[in-house]
Parts: sequence; C-alpha cells; structure tokens
Amino acid sequence: MPKTHNTETLVAEAQFIAPKTTADAVRALAAAKGTAKILAGGTDLLVQTKSGRIRPDLFVDVKRIPDMIGIRVENGAFVIGAATSGAELGDHEALCAAWPGLIEAANLIGSTQVQARASIGGNLCNSSPAADSVPALIASGAICLIEGPNGKREVAAEKIQTGPGKISLARDELLVAFRLPKRGARAKDAYLRLIPRTEMDIAVVGAGVNLELDAKGVIAAARVAVGAVAPTTLFVEAAGAALVGSKLDDAALDKADAAVRAVCKPISDKRGTIEYRTKVAGVLTRRAAKIAYERASA
Amino acid sequence: MSKVHVSAVVNGEPVEMLVGQRQTMLDALRDELRLTGSKEGCGTGDCGACSIVVDGRLTASCLMLAPEADGRRIETIEGMAGEGGGMHPLQVKFLEHAALQCGFCTPGLLVASKALLDRNPDPSETEVRFWLAGNLCRCTGYDKIVRAVLDAAAELRQEVVR
Repeated sequence: MPKTHNTETLVAEAQFIAPKTTADAVRALAAAKGTAKILAGGTDLLVQTKSGRIRPDLFVDVKRIPDMIGIRVENGAFVIGAATSGAELGDHEALCAAWPGLIEAANLIGSTQVQARASIGGNLCNSSPAADSVPALIASGAICLIEGPNGKREVAAEKIQTGPGKISLARDELLVAFRLPKRGARAKDAYLRLIPRTEMDIAVVGAGVNLELDAKGVIAAARVAVGAVAPTTLFVEAAGAALVGSKLDDAALDKADAAVRAVCKPISDKRGTIEYRTKVAGVLTRRAAKIAYERASA
Repeated sequence: MSKVHVSAVVNGEPVEMLVGQRQTMLDALRDELRLTGSKEGCGTGDCGACSIVVDGRLTASCLMLAPEADGRRIETIEGMAGEGGGMHPLQVKFLEHAALQCGFCTPGLLVASKALLDRNPDPSETEVRFWLAGNLCRCTGYDKIVRAVLDAAAELRQEVVR
C-alpha cells in the first residue's frame, strides 16, 4: 500500500486501548512498560507524537469512561469530565450561564475543528504556561478529582501545574473530572487574553477573574489568575483580596493590578517582552474584573 | 503490532475495517477506505484540509486515531453530494463563486461549511469567518468562499438572493 504521508513518523509500536472505567485506565497506566499517554483530545499528544518529541508506547483513550466525559450536576454544583471537549462545554447552556468566563476561555482554544477534540483536562495537564482555560479554571476555584492506584484524592486546580509541561500527578494517576463550586446568584467570571490577531493564536497574556457580590453589590469573594507570565499559571491571591470589600472602584483595581504585576515572572520572546507582558497582565486583570462585575450585577 | 477492528458508519454506510493502533483517522480514511477526498495539509490540526464530522462534530481527522472511530458516525466529503451525483448547494455555489483555485482546501472547507449550516442555517458573515478560521486557503483568499457559503445558506433557506 503506498504511503505518501507522515504516518510512519508515529511510533511504530504504540498500542491503543480504550478502557470503560477509571479503575481499568489506572490499572493500565500503572502496568504500562515504557511511556503511557492519556489520550483525550490528542490535539497536543498526537502532534507531539508525530514530531517525535514524545514516543508513547501506549495510548489510553479515556473518552469511553462515562465519569470523564460530559457535564453533570452533583449536590448543586457542576462536575465536568476531564476529557470533555471545548465544543461540548460551549453547547451547555446552563454551564455557560453560570460560568461564562470559564467557557469563553475554553472556547478560545484553536479552531472549530480543534474545539471538537481539545479537552479541558488536557489543557491543564499539558501544562502550557499560556493555556487559555487554566487561568479561568483556577479563578473558578475548581477542584480536581484524581484517581490512582491508592484511591481517590482531590486537589485545587492551582496545585496541578509545576512547570512548563510538568504536573503534580503521578504517572499512574488520572485526572477524572473537575468540580466547580456551587454558584450563587450574584457571582460570575470573565477571561480575557491578548493576542496580536483576532483568534487562533497563543496568549501573550491571559487573565481570569471570578467575583461573588453581596446583596449591596460589594465584592464578597474574588479569585484572580493570570497566564503566560510565568512558568506556570499564577493564582494571585493578593489580587483577589484587593478586590474584596470594594464595589470595584479605581483604588481596588489599582491594588489588584499592582498585586498581579508584582508576581509576574514572564520571559521575553517574539510575542512580547517582560515589561509588556507584565503591564498587560495588570491591564487585563482590571478589564476582566470589570466584565465579571457587570455580569455578576446583571 | 496487531491491527484493531473498527465498526463505524461512514457516510451512512456501515463499515468494518482493520486499522493500525497508531494510525490517524485521516490515514485510515485514505489508505484503508480509499476515501481520498480528505487531505493532509499540515497533519497538526492547523489547516482544516482533513475536516470530517464525527458524531455531529466538525473534527480534524489528523488529530484523531483511527481506533477511536469504533461505534462512531463519520461523515466525509464523499458523502456530501446527493444520490446519483447531484451536487450539494454548497458545492454548486463554490463553483459559481469561483471559491477555489487549486482545490486542496476545498473538501475541508465544504465539510466545515456544511457543518456550520447544519447547525446555523442563517449565519452572519462574521459567524462564517469565525467558524471557518481553522480552514486555510493559500490561493483565493477568503472572500469568495465566504460569499459562496452565505449564498448557499440563502438558497438552502429558499430565499431569493439580491
């Protein structure tokens, strides 16, 4: 059979399995000899495999595991399967209404075709510093539901990334789902990113802000996270704290802006200098906070 | 390495095939099923030339492994024309508007455009442009393509254009 394209650059011996339960997937990961890779959307995994950057011996397709796919409500809170695609998130009206920032962040990733594949869990676990959904996910207060050979554990989304391409999960652990906090009536989020074109690009800077207001419109709780300004997405507790107790006046915004700039440790590259990225991180935080505040007040 | 048996529905027809465990869906369509309408432009999900529809979702088939197709409903460019070879209104309008030159991107653009109109029969120009942002054309530019899609949408809604 003629081969005219680059199939052959995929690893010749890679094996493919599609377990139906998390327990089976964990067992396969633990038993794997060589490099086992979890296949959700594959938008990074298959590209890196083709380029030879990684050489998986085993692909574990997790999209047949019911716990890992789709959106459900448990005890009044959304639980999102880690392998759920951006397209599926964007089609879920109730989720979009409650968490507009998280969904706009996830839906910024790639084209329509990529959206059908790219998963929210994969975006976190690939651990790109510029991952669009991650600042919004951390700002949301999402809890990661993880399963491994020793059972289940829960960890905050900001504890997953440890460096570019590096995460805190063991090789035989599986990120099964995210549990979002229960959503109050006057709570909303927003995500903004800067790119030099209108879409289909990697964030120069991204900022996610999640606000909860009291009955008088005073900010009762706030979480801020920024992306592409450090080796990992930064959860900036001080910026959230600066907004609490205010109605988002200029003084509060100035403090949050300064708190964000204080922790940025970006690199200079073709997409932006250290100075530019640091400045923009503060600006996007202010703007995202205003959007989140308007949404929460509506 | 043993091959994997895959049962899928491709363009409405039940299909059984043996695929490699690391073979992409694009390669399986082209090499196993001989459906060569889907093209490999980049192989990295950037160009859209390999666009297919999987369980109703527009997908880059180069970013999907063939074993994943088991039990799925797949639509490709080969299923777009009607019975007896009658062209789909999008295909007619692409010709009328000269929305192609070399044609390499055309199957992907047609599949992507049909997926849009199946979902949104009356898209704005902006919606068309955003939806098709993952389909790259290096010949025509995009104006003729966008006009062809809007014109086909109007025809499918059975509206009189201009």
